[in-house]
Amino acid sequence: MVRRARSLARRAGRPVVDLARSHTTVSVERATLRLAGLGGADHENIPWVNHLVDAVRDGVGLEHGVALPVWDALGRDVAPDLTTLAQKAAAGGVDFRVPEGAARTRAGRSSRSAVARGIRAIDSQRRRRDRLITRHGDPAATPWIYLIVATGDIYEDIPQAQAAAREGADVIAVIRSTGQSLLDFVPEGATREGYAGTYATQENFRLMRAALDETSKELGRYIRLTNYASGLCMPEIATLAGLERLDMMLNDSMYGILFRDINPIRTFVDQRFSRQIHARAGIIINTGEDNYLTTADAVEAAHTVTVSQLLNEYFAKEAGLEDWQLGLGHAFEIDPSIPDSFRLELAHALLARELFPEAPLKWMPPTKHMTGDIFRGYLLDGFFNLVGAMTGQGILLVGMMTEAVVTPWLSDRDLALQNVRYVLNAAGGLAEDFHPPRDGMIQTRARHVLAEAVDLLETILADTDGAGDPPLLAAIADGTFGAMRRPPTKGKGLDGVVRRAAGYVNPAIDLLESGATR
Amino acid sequence: MSAVRAHEARRRRENPEPGELSLAESSTPEPGPLIRPYGDTTGDGMVQVSFTLPLPHDKRAEGAAVRMAQAMGMDPALLVHAKAMGPHFTFFVVYGPVRHLVDIREIEIVEREFELLSSKEVNQAIRKHLRRKLVVVGACIGTDAHTVGIDAILNIKGFAGEKGLEYYREMTVHNLGAQVLIPDLVESAREVRADAVLVSQVVTQREAHLHNTRAMSAAFREAFPAGRVPHLIVGGPRFEEGSAADLGVDRIFGRGTTPGEVASYLVHALVRPTDTHPHTRSRSSRSA
Repeated sequence: MVRRARSLARRAGRPVVDLARSHTTVSVERATLRLAGLGGADHENIPWVNHLVDAVRDGVGLEHGVALPVWDALGRDVAPDLTTLAQKAAAGGVDFRVPEGAARTRAGRSSRSAVARGIRAIDSQRRRRDRLITRHGDPAATPWIYLIVATGDIYEDIPQAQAAAREGADVIAVIRSTGQSLLDFVPEGATREGYAGTYATQENFRLMRAALDETSKELGRYIRLTNYASGLCMPEIATLAGLERLDMMLNDSMYGILFRDINPIRTFVDQRFSRQIHARAGIIINTGEDNYLTTADAVEAAHTVTVSQLLNEYFAKEAGLEDWQLGLGHAFEIDPSIPDSFRLELAHALLARELFPEAPLKWMPPTKHMTGDIFRGYLLDGFFNLVGAMTGQGILLVGMMTEAVVTPWLSDRDLALQNVRYVLNAAGGLAEDFHPPRDGMIQTRARHVLAEAVDLLETILADTDGAGDPPLLAAIADGTFGAMRRPPTKGKGLDGVVRRAAGYVNPAIDLLESGATR
Repeated sequence: MSAVRAHEARRRRENPEPGELSLAESSTPEPGPLIRPYGDTTGDGMVQVSFTLPLPHDKRAEGAAVRMAQAMGMDPALLVHAKAMGPHFTFFVVYGPVRHLVDIREIEIVEREFELLSSKEVNQAIRKHLRRKLVVVGACIGTDAHTVGIDAILNIKGFAGEKGLEYYREMTVHNLGAQVLIPDLVESAREVRADAVLVSQVVTQREAHLHNTRAMSAAFREAFPAGRVPHLIVGGPRFEEGSAADLGVDRIFGRGTTPGEVASYLVHALVRPTDTHPHTRSRSSRSA
């Protein structure tokens, strides 16, 4: 049954990968320029990578990629460097062309050497992480304790993150400002203004990583940093994360499509590039299956989580990620008022554990049934922690009793960590003893969910639409996931998708796929 | 401690201090009109609070916590728990009686101005008086990606055991989902000739929900001729009831609103027995 599920996921995913390999997006091209070292923004904070990609697109289109026209222009001495070229291009003063013959070879070679410097910077950050982990050590036990910081101001986030690490957090996630996923550019610099979170910028990444390096040294434990590679700039944010040594990134294959109404093709193209970067950078991805359960019923839709995990696994491995990098998500979202809700949670969590034995599963706390009754919420979080302990989850996102009330206060975090510590201390080893009988309710339920997942995958594979799209796209258009209908011809960011021409060149993708450093 | 509290309550009933309101009347089985919190004895005024002070945990911090609780009206303030949270902060739990009284005669509430109808009655009213489907457009606007609120009201699945508006045969529901741009919302409302637009704002910071609501209202009033603007409804836990006019919308729904309430309200606001012209899209209820 498990093998069958995986093979169905592969069959559903394969045509989508082909689609990703035959398209590019403005964000993939911008990420390529970022790897070549182009940063900064104009006086209106529009990044130079946006200016340059837009100018190339206006001039010769993007179907050949930006690398050839850009390095051809540099080779013709239109400008001494990328930034100057971007500035000139922004003013409309550059005639781009798609070079042919020797000029093409030259542009290809020089773009590869420029982009390779960025790839090597990512490689060197990965080695640095490995060294720091050797020096400071990993957390003493799993699950790793994952805490969220979200003030909107990077300079407030830093002391909060350091305090959270001192209190026991192993992983700090800086929640992004809501709305960033729909920005088609990455903001620049250190930021102090965000809504319900802090903007993901290269400088913010750098500041927080440096602060946590200090704290890691102080605590003798390497504190990991997480952000979000999602939304319209997923490939660029993944690239910045690799360059600034972030350790985990939220990176779901379908989240943007379903919950942000981002065009499906845009998402899958951006997704593949960003996962290739994460694979190279040694970043652990976290997928977003918890989101399905916040919009659908957690019992009825349990199998959609399994299906999404299988698809995420396929897309991740195809992009080069290894098992240890797959923080596949799932969540404790069953209505606590239904009978046996805890046993059902155990069944679902165990299923994920058994399906993906080598992956550091990410276990997400209750949100949907947190009512504002903080006392009841504290108990629910305790039960959530207990499931995490009993089923050997890899990453435990700490639940807050004030979920749905306020963004967490200092005391909320402290109480939440006490809750986690108590449960892990009291029952952390329970996974060892917890082997529910094969004919019991928990195992039976797990088998049932898996069977439903296989059925759903078969339904997806049988799906078609008038345009002859891959079955998975047709299924997404039908509202198969999260009850949201997202046709491939709609959604935000569609105008940034370009079909590759036969002569498309992207040195970043070449280097990522071959593993080469030059 | 409870002996102290009981004693205190008895003293206030029998021998109130000058300027202190007697608890005599609130010890009767009839509630109010003057009330205070209830721990385990009528009139004891017991409350619990927890808070953090930006001080290292020591005797001085504990004294400061007691002083803070007293300033909040708790007297005597009983510090039951103090715990250091790192080197710079201390968390406190304090119990104690508050001296405040609330006169429930002074409480203003927004009474439900409409009758609660069953789904059958809602459908009947629309069929009989509107004689066409009632068109509802819903969305989360601005940066809010949390569709739980709008989904609870619109999705068939519903909320609190009540089916959502999609379940009502006489309603056509368009749920646009999360992070819908205001111009898109206006355009969709125009396209489907919406009778009502429901907007949800769940997660908000720095009053974003208020800015978004005002911007939304302004956009609709600009795009539609006066009197033909769809009925604008916003919902979310952070809105204050009674601020509808200030925000430029027709109705606000707060935390815990059920789909049935919204449906009943829509009938009340948009479907009137006076709508007797099935072939004209009457907007009389709106311009009223």
